[in-house]
Amino acid sequence: MLYALKIATRYVTANKVQTALLVSGVAVGVFIFIFMSALIGGLAEFILSRTVGDISHITIEAEETDPAVLISPSGHVLSVVERGRTRTATLAEAATWLPLIEAVGGVKAVSPQINGSGFLARGAQIAQVSVTGVEPGRESAILNLDGYMIEGSARLGSDLIILGSKLADELSLKLGQTLRLESSKGVTAVLTLGGIYHTGNGGMDGGRVFVSLTSARTLFGVPQGVTRIEIKLFDLNAADATALRIRALTGLDAESWTADAAQLMEALNAQAQTGYFLKTFALITIVIGVASALLLSTYRRRPEIGIMRAMGAGRGFVIFVFVTQGALIGLMGGVSGAALGYLALLPFPSRDAFKVGTLPMDITQGSYGLAITLTVIGAILASILPARAAARVDPVTAIGQ
Amino acid sequence: MSVLLEVQDLFKTFGTGEAATRVLRGLSLTLDVGEMAALLGPSGSGKSTLLTILGTLMKPTSGSHNMLGHDLIAAEDRELTEFRNRHIGFVFQFHNLLPDFTALENVIFPTAVREGRETASARARGRDLLVRMGLGDRVEFPSTKLSGGQKQRVAVARALMNSPELVLADEPTGNLDRVSAMQVMDLIAQINRDEGTTFLISTHDEKIASLCRRQIVVGDGLVTG
Ligand SMILES: Nc1ncnc2c1ncn2[C@@H]1O[C@H](COP(=O)(O)OP(=O)(O)OP(=O)(O)O)[C@@H](O)[C@H]1O
Ligand SMILES: [Mg+2]
Repeated sequence: MLYALKIATRYVTANKVQTALLVSGVAVGVFIFIFMSALIGGLAEFILSRTVGDISHITIEAEETDPAVLISPSGHVLSVVERGRTRTATLAEAATWLPLIEAVGGVKAVSPQINGSGFLARGAQIAQVSVTGVEPGRESAILNLDGYMIEGSARLGSDLIILGSKLADELSLKLGQTLRLESSKGVTAVLTLGGIYHTGNGGMDGGRVFVSLTSARTLFGVPQGVTRIEIKLFDLNAADATALRIRALTGLDAESWTADAAQLMEALNAQAQTGYFLKTFALITIVIGVASALLLSTYRRRPEIGIMRAMGAGRGFVIFVFVTQGALIGLMGGVSGAALGYLALLPFPSRDAFKVGTLPMDITQGSYGLAITLTVIGAILASILPARAAARVDPVTAIGQ
Repeated sequence: MSVLLEVQDLFKTFGTGEAATRVLRGLSLTLDVGEMAALLGPSGSGKSTLLTILGTLMKPTSGSHNMLGHDLIAAEDRELTEFRNRHIGFVFQFHNLLPDFTALENVIFPTAVREGRETASARARGRDLLVRMGLGDRVEFPSTKLSGGQKQRVAVARALMNSPELVLADEPTGNLDRVSAMQVMDLIAQINRDEGTTFLISTHDEKIASLCRRQIVVGDGLVTG
């Protein structure tokens, strides 16, 4: 079959202009395939980083447990158990779980928190806020607070508070001012404004404040443990699997971000489907192009095929020659298209430097190998029909004597 | 003289019904080993048809065809392909050479296609044959750049590549001038003498035919002389 390869190679190189045209046609298809892969992949990455990048990938929240009702075995007791409304559910043993969770593979950061709500007062002005108590040093573990600071610092001390730009505007707050925060439990703390952030998310910038975990303990009456553990992963796509592992390890109710993001996942899915659709069309174009070009080539070479058959070339040999020709064209078109795609993607900013207004192309998601493989397979499939037609050529009529 | 091939009661009809052309009508013929025969007959008498049947490129409508102990009517495509490759060489009038290959590559094709690659020994034999054909200086020449006479001599060399028992030539000198035609015929006669290869050559040219020891004339679908 080495000999069939030689003949196929000769056919490919014999008519350079025709081959060049055909290969560029294939390359354009591959280019579109790679461009679409990079665009869809980059877009998904971009959307995820914008929407999910700042949220917890796995969240463990304290389950509301009610005190056990002790019933004496003798006599009849009629009882109604009501959910306690004033108690705060806590993860009492958080301290023991944290090192365990941190050791799980793929975990980037863990943030134990105490969450609650309260009222922020500055003079006569009052705003309702949701309060997050985080450990000093872990302020940016989940939400990149450091990156969003526009004034002051994200560093939380015991009597410091950090809040958003919108809230600061509404209450005309300035750095260093003292504020009163009254929790839903009725505890009041006097805090100093240590920093102002701007995330671009209105709800966040206008209604969420951060205090230290110690302050939150006092405010919400949680002497030990936490109410919530947020976990950030290196790969947010691993959240489902990692959540399961943490659940198995600790017995805690660890939930992946995807549980609450059905709509986002659907949108990303639809986007990926569109990508597959376009890529499939690119491949179909390649297959049709290669098939028609090879069909023409087999027609043009009918006399030669007749001669080869007369000289003792079997049908299998003829098929192999033309299928190899298709594979060579697919390989050349695939490689040049992939190279072209890579070069075209080079000028786009890297994944971490996407700018609004530019296409969020991700050069690492070009699927170059897949594009080349599929193109070669497609070209081989495309050449089967012409190759079979060639193998069926009747030597007598082809030689035409 | 031992018999090389024998066909009996060959019928060949193209088409059916009204449009049917009955070309061969019970033709019988025997060729002995080492013969050099000319195939003569008017245009349309079925010379090419007979040659393609003898060359196993086409099957007759009916009749028997035996060569070297093989029943070639019963054989399937794969077996016939193999048989042709080993035992039969062809020289056609047109479209003889593979255009994208050199003279040498054309000559060694029958061996290379059987062995799956171009071996050094095949190359050496191909070169020898080309030298014998007076084409020692055209070995690596692209086949399309050869003259008509040179092309036919390359075709003869290729027909001889696998040392076949039979070479079928359909008007091999049909579009050559007299000098080139005689050159090709001389070479054929020489090979026939030296190696005992059997040649069957169809031609319209009495001069060419007279160079062969036997003349077979077809007419009305039969051998008439
Ligand atoms: N494939 C075919 N289909 C139909 N008719 C055919 C076919 N091949 C040959 N014929 C007919 O068979 C007859 C014999 O043709 P053939 O080519 O064998 O003659 P020939 O003796 O070689 O003629 P020439 O000397 O002109 O080459 C012709 O009438 C031709 O039209
Ligand atoms: Mg003829």
